[in-house]
Amino acid sequence: MDNKYRINHLRELEAESIFVIREVVAQFENPCMLFSGGKDSIVMFHLARKAFWPARIPFPLMHIDTGHNFQETLDYRDKLMKDTETKLIVRYVQDSIDQGKVVDETGVNASRNKLQTTTLLDGIEELKFDCAMGGGRRDEEKARAKERFFSHRDEFGQWDPKNQRPELWNIFNGKKHMGEHFRVFPISNWTEMDVWQYILLENIPIPSLYFSHEREVIDRDGTILAAGEYVTLKDDEIPEKRIIRFRTIGDMTCTGAVESKANTLEEIIEEVAATRITERGGRHDDKRSEAAMEDRKKEGYF
Amino acid sequence: MSEDITKGYLDMELLRFTTAGSVDDGKSTLIGRLLYDSKAIFEDQMESIEKASQKTGDGEVNLALLTDGLRAEREQGITIDVAYRYFATPKRKFIIADTPGHVQYTRNMVTGASTANVALILIDARNGVIEQTLRHAFIASLLQIPHMIVCINKMDLVDFKEEAFESIKDDFDKIATKLDVHDIRFVPISAKLGDNVVDRSENMSWYEGPTLLYLLENIHIASDINHVDTRFPVQYVVRPMKEEYHDYRGYAGRIEGGVFHKGDQVKILPSGLVSKIKTIDVFQEEVEEAFAPQSVTLSLEDDIDISRGNLIIKDNGLPKSSQDIEMMICWFSETPMVLGGKYSVKHTTNDLRCVIRDVKYKIDVNTLDHNTEDKKIGLNDIAKIQIKTTRPLFFDSYRKNRKMGSLILIDEATNNTVAAGMII
Repeated sequence: MDNKYRINHLRELEAESIFVIREVVAQFENPCMLFSGGKDSIVMFHLARKAFWPARIPFPLMHIDTGHNFQETLDYRDKLMKDTETKLIVRYVQDSIDQGKVVDETGVNASRNKLQTTTLLDGIEELKFDCAMGGGRRDEEKARAKERFFSHRDEFGQWDPKNQRPELWNIFNGKKHMGEHFRVFPISNWTEMDVWQYILLENIPIPSLYFSHEREVIDRDGTILAAGEYVTLKDDEIPEKRIIRFRTIGDMTCTGAVESKANTLEEIIEEVAATRITERGGRHDDKRSEAAMEDRKKEGYF
Repeated sequence: MSEDITKGYLDMELLRFTTAGSVDDGKSTLIGRLLYDSKAIFEDQMESIEKASQKTGDGEVNLALLTDGLRAEREQGITIDVAYRYFATPKRKFIIADTPGHVQYTRNMVTGASTANVALILIDARNGVIEQTLRHAFIASLLQIPHMIVCINKMDLVDFKEEAFESIKDDFDKIATKLDVHDIRFVPISAKLGDNVVDRSENMSWYEGPTLLYLLENIHIASDINHVDTRFPVQYVVRPMKEEYHDYRGYAGRIEGGVFHKGDQVKILPSGLVSKIKTIDVFQEEVEEAFAPQSVTLSLEDDIDISRGNLIIKDNGLPKSSQDIEMMICWFSETPMVLGGKYSVKHTTNDLRCVIRDVKYKIDVNTLDHNTEDKKIGLNDIAKIQIKTTRPLFFDSYRKNRKMGSLILIDEATNNTVAAGMII
């Protein structure tokens, strides 16, 4: 790039996301940022730290803990919060189950993915958050491609995709009535590749799960799942050791691994560039139906 | 990590373009082609649209299903909203704002156009310039998209004839004289067969220009930003409350024009107070200069009262200031505009209110005729109106600076965004 006053695509995305995060703090009284320990929320959190530097970020993080997390994710989360002196709120899906609000799925494909919505909406209501920022990206999934940066939710936390507010230039309308809230997606315009390149550019630490390692896994209909206490084995499934890594980090029950030797960020980027399957292709939760994501999002999912 | 080491990966520019079109003119096929040929479509996505194509009985794989993400859209076979799509080549990352093309979706087209560097206009070679072409071109010019690429599509259906291309090009040039566009390129393509989309066409050896992808990769966009008139709308005041930053007060925002240097003398509007830039802060470091469109935090030498909505400028190229604003609007709401009615306004980082004073004229988007009689403004209407704001606005004309010259109107009862305004 020859021109002196030009910035590359990552810096432009960064400037846009920082603008959005600052706009949230300016427009809402009690916002929070949802944090899962996955790469997208790690990048979003990093952008938030940049947005308010040298001050601390002026909102808490909230983690909806399904109880089926990888231990590596939780360790990473706790270290990051400590190192950055950030306030973290955790709400547990197990509590929603114990309160009888949701029923745990059973069987071999049991997942707590859908149950999170209830815990999330309860958390937002209990703590009176009027805005929850999430790390959703439009390139992840086709229902997300229609999502706004500032996404209005009614008093039941629902999304109405056919009746969204138009969003022009960088003017965001966060006006709402009592009881309604917003979901804001600061990294809407980032792709999986942008996220990886940015992690490399900024040298952001990420959980070890993203790098190649040996692990006991099972191969279920082409999805490689980590064998562990939360995954119910079928009679004919025998865990075996393989060299794998994770492209996304969700629950152990539904996050598929890929066989990979990628051990550095550069190698991961090369792998992402060469792959022909989307990252959500390995997610059991999205395979349930063609409109699985749209249905979950309408109910109030992340 | 220094940005030099990772050059190659990272030396890419971001280009946003918009497309408008209906089911028949091959827009989705073209987008599908760009995504597919640049390997942005993945196997599982392909599998999913193959499955869906079988369900609707289209026979062949319908690439439109890639962009039509909502269930209702897939069922009805229409695009009802703006969909954002992404792909990248080694040169640029692209964001496509893909919008429906019919007149009842004018507001979606306006939304998609608001952030675009390039407008992609599709013309069916069999039909030539039609009403819809004019409408799309007009919206692109109204929203001041700096570059326009006119794709004359379905060339395979007119035997790849040069005359067909040239005659449509002449017709388009005639309508372009009525519009405010400066950079128009024409490419003869066949989205279905791939001619001149990514690869050069062997069927049209008479065409010596670049392919569509080459244009998208190489159109010069760096000069589209105004780097002369300095504009820094204050978004948020940063107060660290940390021992080492005891007296620090930073003004966070995104630079919407010009270049700021450490030590520059600046003026704060509306107060008119003057100070000097003490530091330009980004994360964990200070920089010497910053420019549009960067998000930074400025601290000043003097302790003066500055809050969200204030504008920091250097003392050259002052913005305009007025309470009486004339602007073009596109109306977004099914509830018609109320002449004399009051609305909330969002302009840069400012929130204020206004009253609608007058409707100067309404534009027929199919003929570009001005109607001065009809003052009723409803859904999808484009009009020139005058408003009076509760306090003076500091702005530039939309032609001069898209961010400083744009605003939205909000219905105070429903909180819905009801209009987009481009200040004249």
